[in-house]
Amino acid sequence: MENASDITDQPLASVAVLPDAPAERAAEPVISLDGLSVQFGGRPILKELNGELRGRAIGLLGPNGAGKTTLIHTLLGFHAPSSGTAHIFGRDIRVEAKQIRTLIGYMPERDSFISNMSCVHFVRIMAELSGLPEEAALERAHEALFYVGLGEARYRKLGTYSLGMKQLAKLAQAVVHGPRLIFLDEPTNGLDPPARARMLDLIRHIRDSGKAHILLSSHLLRDVEECCEEILIIKNGRIAVYCNLEEERKSNRKFLELETRGEREAFVDAIGELGCEYALTSERRLKLVLQEEAQIRDLYRIAGEHSVQIRRLNYKRDSLEDIFLKAMEEGNGVAHAGGPRT
Amino acid sequence: MSVYEHAYKPYAGPLTPEWSRFLIIPRHAYRDVFASKLFTGFFALCFVCPLVMAILIYLHHNLTFMAAFNISQIDLQNVFPINSAFFQWFLSVQAVLSGLLTVLIGPPLISRDLANNALPLYLCRPLSRAEYVIGKMSVLMILISAITWLPGELLYLFQSYLEGAGWFANHLWIAGAIFIGSWSSILLLALLSVTISAWVKWRLAASAGLVGLYLISSAVGLMIDGVLQTRWGGIFSWSIVMRTIEDSLFRRPNSAGLPSWMALPTPAAWIMFALFLSLCLFLLTRKVRAYEVVR
Repeated sequence: MENASDITDQPLASVAVLPDAPAERAAEPVISLDGLSVQFGGRPILKELNGELRGRAIGLLGPNGAGKTTLIHTLLGFHAPSSGTAHIFGRDIRVEAKQIRTLIGYMPERDSFISNMSCVHFVRIMAELSGLPEEAALERAHEALFYVGLGEARYRKLGTYSLGMKQLAKLAQAVVHGPRLIFLDEPTNGLDPPARARMLDLIRHIRDSGKAHILLSSHLLRDVEECCEEILIIKNGRIAVYCNLEEERKSNRKFLELETRGEREAFVDAIGELGCEYALTSERRLKLVLQEEAQIRDLYRIAGEHSVQIRRLNYKRDSLEDIFLKAMEEGNGVAHAGGPRT
Repeated sequence: MSVYEHAYKPYAGPLTPEWSRFLIIPRHAYRDVFASKLFTGFFALCFVCPLVMAILIYLHHNLTFMAAFNISQIDLQNVFPINSAFFQWFLSVQAVLSGLLTVLIGPPLISRDLANNALPLYLCRPLSRAEYVIGKMSVLMILISAITWLPGELLYLFQSYLEGAGWFANHLWIAGAIFIGSWSSILLLALLSVTISAWVKWRLAASAGLVGLYLISSAVGLMIDGVLQTRWGGIFSWSIVMRTIEDSLFRRPNSAGLPSWMALPTPAAWIMFALFLSLCLFLLTRKVRAYEVVR
């Protein structure tokens, strides 16, 4: 028997999942796209995608028919690239597809099951097909089902599951073999709010464990915003936008909008002395750029000293929705600086 | 992961050899197959013929027993001679049972996975399309092997043991004929069954398709032969092709006693057999995909 760590460690030791170690994160991308193109019947679906994705959780966004699912399927080896290639943990999808699939877990968008069997049996088979020996597969099937919250229902037939339970069962089969990269295709599709919150909690939990990277494809911007630190927006088969949400959020944190009550002249002077640029936008509102050394608590302290009430404080930030809409309005092939090569 | 810790953990233990993973499919399929008492009973019935044949071989060599029942050895030799015809007859009976077994368990093999959209789950793992198909075929191949060439070879060894080493050496070709004849049937049945299963989603329709293909191909073959007064209609008949192959393997040309102008040449039978398997493989490659691409 070969060992799982043999596969994952030999050439990949330098890219082991260490999310909080920037030097190692920078060492090797999780996914690199090298001029990847895919055609179906002569019709181009993905057009020369280039880029490197390194985040723990990567959101894949785009309108219907943009090529998100085709990209995932191509990375899984379901479709052959018409030109170019991609690498996952440094392995070429054209020549090492089988080894790559050992490292990947996949939760498909549509209902996908083996009929007429209990959930634990189903997840066990999936683990065995991933290479786990019988006993380990059974043990991990139980563990995975407890992990996703189906522990009590694991002996029930899959056909009796609700939609939310089926989604969790699909997640369980995707993580049962402990993959290093998990593709989640519309994981919250059709879920009610509590089930959706539970699914997103699990995704965040896996992300925060630092043991696996996640590629989350969704048309729900909120889901992606809540779970992902990098986003890739695809439009008409091309990368429209790549952005690191974490960095975006950090940079957005400097821009504030305040609504105040009380005599504010001395207050704004004091803010100016703090080194912040400001602009009065109305009688009660002002915008300011917070300097590196200044903190929000300083604003409250100064407001207290000058008897000014801060009634509202907003970050002026580009939401993911703004970014997405901008990408849809702009032309093709526009990528943010520092993003994938286009 | 742990039941109590509820944390995500990668797996770092040993992995099974890659070549053996297709066997996971039949192992789990048998849980379903043998859950049916009807099938289990039928499968047990498939061993009656090998048992009877073993008893016959035993009687041939047990003078005391036959004397006790007033049976002369010469009579028995005339009625049931232990020769290539004996083993071919055994295979013919088992081939019919193999066909029934295929009709019982073959149709849902792939159609269920297609209906439940399970193919992406198989193929997103380190399992190729070929391994998936071989795994599905193995469900049938293992069961049919258990009732054809395995008991056939055991009967051959039993006869060799009772007759002596000389018989074993002189009739080694019979062992080869049992093995190759059985495997040609097994391949045909398994491949045809999974192909129909991949293209026909309804179990009943798939079962009817299997039986219909056998009957219609035989009827068409005979009809062409009869109308055009030619031997070449036989190439369309599954039963004539397989019979011709078996006859050549067991060195009993035209054992069915067809008019000589109707007997199909052996190379033509082998070529048709190969073409038929190739057609099945082609159809399978068109259908067994993780996702169908709409062009």
